[in-house]
Amino acid sequence: MPASTPIAVAMSGGVDSSAVAALLRAEGHEVIGLTMQLWDQRRLVGQAGPEGGHGRCCSLDDVHDARRVAEKLGIPYYVVNHQERFERDVVRPFVEEYLAGRTPIPCSLCNNHLKFDQLLTMARQIGADTVATGHYARVEFDDVGGRWLLQRPRDRAKDQTYFLFGLTQDQLSHTLFPIGNMTKSEVRELARSHGLALADKLDSQEICFVPGGDYKSFIASYLAEEGRAMPEAAGEVVTTGGSALGEHRGVHNFTVGQRKGLGVATGSPLYVIQIDSDSRRVVVGNEAELYTHTLRAKHLNFVSVDSLSEPMSVAVKIRHRHEPAPAIVEQIAEDEVMITFECPQRAVTPGQAAVFYDADVVVGGGWIMGRNQ
Amino acid sequence: MRRVYLDNNATTPLLPEVFEAMQPYFMGKFGNASSIHHHGQESRAAVERAREAVAGMLGCRASEIVFTGGGTEADNLALFGLLQPGDHCITSTVEHHAVLNTCKHLESAGCEITYVPVDGQGLVSPDDIRRAVRPNTKLISIMMANNETGVLQPVHEIGRIAEQADVYFHTDGVQAAGKVPIDVRDIGCDLLSISGHKMHAPQGIGALYIRKGTHLRPMLHGGNHERSRRAGTENVPGIVGLGKAAELACKGFHDSSNVRIAGWRDRLERSLIDAVEASGVNGSGVPRVPNTTNIYFDFLEGEALIIALDLKGLAVSTGAACSSGAIEPSHVLTAMGLPPERARASVRFSLGKQNTAEDVDFALQLVPETVARLRELSPIYNREALVR
Repeated sequence: MPASTPIAVAMSGGVDSSAVAALLRAEGHEVIGLTMQLWDQRRLVGQAGPEGGHGRCCSLDDVHDARRVAEKLGIPYYVVNHQERFERDVVRPFVEEYLAGRTPIPCSLCNNHLKFDQLLTMARQIGADTVATGHYARVEFDDVGGRWLLQRPRDRAKDQTYFLFGLTQDQLSHTLFPIGNMTKSEVRELARSHGLALADKLDSQEICFVPGGDYKSFIASYLAEEGRAMPEAAGEVVTTGGSALGEHRGVHNFTVGQRKGLGVATGSPLYVIQIDSDSRRVVVGNEAELYTHTLRAKHLNFVSVDSLSEPMSVAVKIRHRHEPAPAIVEQIAEDEVMITFECPQRAVTPGQAAVFYDADVVVGGGWIMGRNQ
Repeated sequence: MRRVYLDNNATTPLLPEVFEAMQPYFMGKFGNASSIHHHGQESRAAVERAREAVAGMLGCRASEIVFTGGGTEADNLALFGLLQPGDHCITSTVEHHAVLNTCKHLESAGCEITYVPVDGQGLVSPDDIRRAVRPNTKLISIMMANNETGVLQPVHEIGRIAEQADVYFHTDGVQAAGKVPIDVRDIGCDLLSISGHKMHAPQGIGALYIRKGTHLRPMLHGGNHERSRRAGTENVPGIVGLGKAAELACKGFHDSSNVRIAGWRDRLERSLIDAVEASGVNGSGVPRVPNTTNIYFDFLEGEALIIALDLKGLAVSTGAACSSGAIEPSHVLTAMGLPPERARASVRFSLGKQNTAEDVDFALQLVPETVARLRELSPIYNREALVR
């Protein structure tokens, strides 16, 4: 039964969100297409990627694609400008996190602060009550627990719940993921059946505002544009045993688990084990030292439960391409949990999210502070 | 759905008479105005008649009019045509991007540019301009009417200053043409740009008045069209449309149509400000073109208001559109000293000759209720802030 109020579809110009618009339209809903203008591709011109400094984010080509889909479907369509908020809530934290020796996930911040906050507000203001996106995830209301549940999609390979753990109950209650029960190939087929020219368009993979994935030169250009010098960042590369192996040129060049580009030569392969931004030390060690049983996470959001009253047995995912690993999650302080894995996990990386699953259901998640020492 | 268009500073529909005048020149009278035969002569005559009509609207000789591909091209021709590296030009912070970004480009090419500020009402101060004149000043470029607020600049006074200082004076008249009478001799300008589609002629046609004796370097090289000032086969239907629109504009100053538009604008403005708390006019209290009002509705995002209104059938606008179509914060309102929140909460209503009293009623019914809904849902709306 189609809702009487319109649904706003966040349209990126990609296949998934275009298929969402087509699907909802075919179901008889009133649909309004919105594309968020988040980043000005003309900025940071010195920052030349393979296509002359143009990343995927908000590229004119994508806007044109979305506009053509909207026209084809006969739905109103608008590009809305959220550049200020995107810079404040996503780009700046991204840069600061790297400078602090962590490895950030801008997509989660964008979801929390832009797509399911700003865009939802905009949707409500223009008379819609719900935002639908092309994320691969499922949302449903659980009568028993009285909560909105976020669940893994049917197409496991495309699962995006890891980036969505920060959604509040209010946000989830106004969100639709119409392709959560479809596989990618079904989505492409749907787009094709609606005559959408972009049915075979490639998926975007990289961080949308970083052309060619070269985040190091992005950070350099960003700081240069702000007139900020690269912070005093050179420091020592030391072993886990404490012996100095050499110098490095800034902690933002490293991520936990990294093996290449360490700038030191020893007989056996070395990996980044830990980054200490205060002392500007990059600690390296052998592969075995990458593994850890425990981690701490902060700035939590719970989804299927209101809070953790007692330790809970869950599966925890610590990066996007990580198979959730069995663990116990336990509250150890206000807004902080300790996670203890059954088996040690490789390369626990501060700045990434730890998302807790109970089978398909997202229990909650938080931001990784570090391995427990 | 009923649709009402109150965004005539962005573009205007053709008036029926304009469309009618143009029609023969697409198929029947298709000649190249440079051709020697009958077909060419037919087109040449139409072009020259239109030139006279445009000259009539501006108070100059027909030979002082060059047709261009639009207002932006006219502005570019004026600035590029005069300024060379080492020259100094005085302009303002509230110019249209056609002038502002051209100046920025010329700056990078070795010209010196002074951007004079505006006051809270959006007016430049003639004294600021007088003080900005240097020995190498070649040109002053100040718009007649601002596209966002409709505020009219003191161009006559600036014309005197330019004359005394013996520098060229260009004025971007795109938003003034058809809305207020223009007399280039009276203003004392050497160059004046107009655009067809802002005055009920088609898009893609404009003109530049170039005072006799002003030597401009052409931007487009090719044939000897437009007295070698703008190469390229004339856009005959467009030129005919512009000529007709110019004729009708002059008529409008003598019959009641401009007075009627001014009356509707005033009613729209007053009624909206009465009906909506925490609202007001940007650039009120100074002379403005009669069709434009720029109103702030504090505690909301103009972008959301514009989309909400469009979904209900009312077309208005704010700021400037960037290449993707998203709205960028207005450099004009920011230059007037509006805090960023108020600049973002501002919306432009601009009327045209095709509008009716019912169109104004439609807006008056729709805008207050939409503003109220947006404020209810706005994170920045705080009723207590109003009480205080």
